[in-house]
Amino acid sequence: MWRQKNAYLCINMNEAVTEKLRVLAESAKYDVSCASSGTVRRNQSGGLGNTVGGMGICHSFTEDGRCISLLKIMLTNYCIYDCAYCINRRTNDIPRATLSVSELVELTIEFYRRNYIEGLFLSSGVVRNPDYTMERMVRVVKDLRTVHRFNGYIHLKSIPGCSEELIAEAGLYADRMSVNLEIPTEQNLKLLAPEKDHASVFAPMRYIQQGMLQSIEDRRKFRHTPRFVPAGQSTQMIVGVSPENDMQILTLSSALYKRSSMKRVYYSGFVPVNDYDKRLPTLTQAPLVRENRLYQADWLMRFYRFRADEIVDAQHPNLDIDIDPKLAWALRHPELFPVDVNTCDYLMLLRVPGIGVKSANLIVAARRYGRLNAEQLKKIGIVMKKAQYFITCRELPLLTVQEISPENVRKALSEPRKQKLLHNRQQLSLIFPD
Amino acid sequence: MNAVFFYDKTFDGLLSAVFQAYSTKRFPDRLLKVGDVAPMFIDERITVITDPDQAGRVWTGLLNKTDATVRNMLGYVWLSEISGSDELLFRYICKTFDSKHTVAWNFGDADVLELTKIARKVAHEALYIKQFVRFQKSADGIYVAPIHPEYNALPLTIAHFSDRFADQQWVIYDTKRKYGYYYNLHEAVEITLADDNNLLNGRLNDTAMDDDEKLFQQLWKSYFKAMAIKERLNPRLHRHNMPTRFWRYLTEKRI
Repeated sequence: MWRQKNAYLCINMNEAVTEKLRVLAESAKYDVSCASSGTVRRNQSGGLGNTVGGMGICHSFTEDGRCISLLKIMLTNYCIYDCAYCINRRTNDIPRATLSVSELVELTIEFYRRNYIEGLFLSSGVVRNPDYTMERMVRVVKDLRTVHRFNGYIHLKSIPGCSEELIAEAGLYADRMSVNLEIPTEQNLKLLAPEKDHASVFAPMRYIQQGMLQSIEDRRKFRHTPRFVPAGQSTQMIVGVSPENDMQILTLSSALYKRSSMKRVYYSGFVPVNDYDKRLPTLTQAPLVRENRLYQADWLMRFYRFRADEIVDAQHPNLDIDIDPKLAWALRHPELFPVDVNTCDYLMLLRVPGIGVKSANLIVAARRYGRLNAEQLKKIGIVMKKAQYFITCRELPLLTVQEISPENVRKALSEPRKQKLLHNRQQLSLIFPD
Repeated sequence: MNAVFFYDKTFDGLLSAVFQAYSTKRFPDRLLKVGDVAPMFIDERITVITDPDQAGRVWTGLLNKTDATVRNMLGYVWLSEISGSDELLFRYICKTFDSKHTVAWNFGDADVLELTKIARKVAHEALYIKQFVRFQKSADGIYVAPIHPEYNALPLTIAHFSDRFADQQWVIYDTKRKYGYYYNLHEAVEITLADDNNLLNGRLNDTAMDDDEKLFQQLWKSYFKAMAIKERLNPRLHRHNMPTRFWRYLTEKRI
């Protein structure tokens, strides 16, 4: 059955599809979400694929270093909206294409069979109206799951403003769904994307959250209730396109993470597209360092039990570009250091610059056998270059942050890539047009 | 008093060596393969005869003293094939037996930490294989992939591939160690190819390839190229995430 269908489909696969694939990949690549984590699903008998859970599997990496885990593609890059920051806005003169359901299904399955990808990441420009677009996307994933018995990972973008019924259906087939916030404050969203508002983003987020909780609740009673978006949802904010500071961004992220279904917030450094639009800042380069610092702050919130208001506050509304946020926090609180790694509790250990989650776990396990010394700590994998100023252990050095002031520690640890940083700082201090 | 054990470099042989060491109260400074030249200034040369019974008794001892994670790690380190890793395993097993409590978390101990690190490396190699295997569909419908892993981690990935690609026949072949696995829709069986020359360059011959195979390779290559954002090129990160030693068999990195 499948063989026949396959043979029939292949007639359509040709140069035209290659071109469409290229065009639609070009349009989809600015979405940074890439995870294939969060669901464990074994192969159903006779079907194709599974999902591994854990951290997911990245199958390839583009030349900019980002991972390719899923076939990230748009169903179409035609769009009725005119968002200033988006490459696919309707006023842009770019090649447009639309993939048919069967083409997309075959591409996904054939790529998957060759171990190129972990599954599908489907997004789309908005054609006609949100519901119409969403319905077509749901049809693709439904086809993959029910007709082709595809058990791989599916990440489905939810179109802002689409109806609850469609999300309820999509959630049964997708592993993860996402709605992009794009701009952290509503007023700036209105400025850059007049057709959108925050309500149209938060509503689908709420539907996903409710559906997920409902499904978890039901599965306690009936084991075979289908799972609803088992890997939860994610979202994305563009960094550097509007004048919000890091405090606004991180406060919002931390509020989003309060929902149990929100697994990841992505930060996308704005790549200057559409530079003719006067509402956009003129950047020479994407704010890569700032993006990196935001991710570090995000990690601190998710894995190191920091609160957003500890990382940034009214006095320091922006993250330090020269040093990482954990080091910055430690230098603002020299009174808490140095700590003795052989006695201090796990949460404090996590807060020491140079000690990560893995090494903190190793230390906690190993110190039950005996006090650790500097050499052992180094072998365990602690970055002594940073940690030396903040810890004491069996025989350790005396030059802690108490003896040489926070300013000097900062000077010693400011990252050496000065040239690059100066360059980036220039473009961050831009004045945004009103 | 220095002693050297000669054994046959099998896992059972290693366990037999442990048995022999405890029963004769002679512990080796080096473990060598039968036939190797012993270092100078050696007082005692002992040849260990591999005995499955003795090995089984040592393994039973390990079952009592360790949990599954540790035994998995022992297997991983054995698969690393790093020279000296058998001596490390020997010392680790002895430490396990000598200590009243588990030594698994004593990362202050150099051997324990080293063993954990090597096990982690091998586990990561298995992940690399899961990431970077690229199947090519052959004319007879079998999906074929060569791979050249640094450590012998292929066996660790077979369960994954058998589950994932349960409805297609596939072959994954380790071109470094000259063996592979063939999945016949029911189970994966170990195979050795008499002639693996057409796999070595990483690409099936045009005649051996399925009709559509070239098209999908082309599609994948153009997709890969299109996904890169020119403004953010970062070759160093690219190589870090996807080490060059895998490029030989990666469809998207081949010219």
